[in-house]
Amino acid sequence: MTSTRHHDVVADARAAAETVTDPELPMLTLADLGVLRDVDVVDGRVIVSITPTYTGCPAMDTMRDDLVRTLHEAGYDDVEVRTVLHPPWSTDWISEEGKRKLAEAGIAPPGAAPSPQQGPVPLTLEPAPSPMIMNTSGPMWSESVHDHGRGGGSAVRCPQCGSPDTEEVSRFSATACKALRRCRSCTEPFEHVKEI
Amino acid sequence: MGFDNAYEALTEGQDDARWAFGTGFEDPLSGVDTTLPDGVDGADLAAYCVMLGDDALIMSHRLQQWCTWLPELEEEVAVANIALDLLGQARLLLTRAGAADGGGHGEDYYAFFRPEHEFRNVRLVELENGDFAELVTRLLVFSTWRLALLDRLRVSRDPVLAAIAAKGVKEITYHRDYAAQWTVRLGDGTDESHRRMRAALEAVWPYVDELFTAHPVEQRLAVQAAEGNGDGARGGDHDTAPAVAIDPGTLRSEFDDVLAQVLKAASLERPEVAPIPGVAGKLGRDGVHTEAMGYLLAEMQSVARAHPEGRW
Repeated sequence: MTSTRHHDVVADARAAAETVTDPELPMLTLADLGVLRDVDVVDGRVIVSITPTYTGCPAMDTMRDDLVRTLHEAGYDDVEVRTVLHPPWSTDWISEEGKRKLAEAGIAPPGAAPSPQQGPVPLTLEPAPSPMIMNTSGPMWSESVHDHGRGGGSAVRCPQCGSPDTEEVSRFSATACKALRRCRSCTEPFEHVKEI
Repeated sequence: MGFDNAYEALTEGQDDARWAFGTGFEDPLSGVDTTLPDGVDGADLAAYCVMLGDDALIMSHRLQQWCTWLPELEEEVAVANIALDLLGQARLLLTRAGAADGGGHGEDYYAFFRPEHEFRNVRLVELENGDFAELVTRLLVFSTWRLALLDRLRVSRDPVLAAIAAKGVKEITYHRDYAAQWTVRLGDGTDESHRRMRAALEAVWPYVDELFTAHPVEQRLAVQAAEGNGDGARGGDHDTAPAVAIDPGTLRSEFDDVLAQVLKAASLERPEVAPIPGVAGKLGRDGVHTEAMGYLLAEMQSVARAHPEGRW
């Protein structure tokens, strides 16, 4: 009986925490993103565990504040937000729902993350086609699609027209978790959540 | 409210004082168990985390100084992102240091209120910025070395350090690829870009040997593993017991292999230049730095020292 009640309390607190959205990707909740790792209630205190997407992610403090505020508004006065570093966040933790919402918002969702391995991390040497270099370069800079870090997986599809014929413009974009790509079919630029 | 300048808001007494998005930082290890593992010397662990944290902090600062100077918008964004990743690593490592030595110092103390001789970064990261080829070369050397190091630290006996390393590996893999691709593009590009890459390699290479020179703290924490679990409970597997630290000398062959692969693709050769010696054998890890370091710190610490009660 007590454990059933405890279970309900935790489920209610979790439901409240799961409504909090990401400050940079407001179409996604922290739960969709896999950043919300755990919600528990201990002696009346709600303990929420979150993990950073990237070590330097400046949105962590905002997420923390948003979680505390939302839970306060839901009637939980005593809230603690904890950081969890291990295991490190992976794009594989973005839910199917989250990937669908990303694509709807014009951001290409990540493919399968490269699996962690033992031993030296392999180097990716193929150059990404660059808008500055593309027209002046020799045969070294092939026109083929380079799927960096995708471990031979399927190509990144354009979220606008669905074409698989896209190229990486920059491996870094407005936030650490995204790369910048361009569609060769419809020529629209778009962001891509890169696999880690 | 009604401040004369933006920085005055930093000293505002409110608990949630904020003057811009991304400020009002809390302890980045909030909620992480920072208890010392059995048999690990807290002072040594703290010193080691300061070394790795200072490498990331000072490299990040040099990269931040590139903002608005890079050749195109994509590189602005890339270098700023790399600097941000390293700043994040520095925050965690310096906070780990403060928790490990029991001194109660937070990350701001380490970044803003230490004098030059207490910084333990390798000298490579503090050098004055040069041209874009120099940025690419330094980033290639730094990220190849640091990736090899963090890759091995994923099994550090200190679980906090192991977790920070595991996260860092994912980030630095991208940094190294970025630098390697630009090395190939510039080295195998025009006569001018090739010339600049050669000059950059010759400028950076004298600081490479230092990366693989173990400080006594690194030596102690690297061997602690072999002897560390000598309580008998683990029987014969103490050979595989993880160390807290890595002797950087053991990273050299991987570093040389990666650099050889990149330089070959870039039509560049490893330069034949002598290492820059330390002062009476003392290097960056001993707190002995180059002339550039004092100027760097004067800039990096100026706001915090002018507003010592400020919150960020």
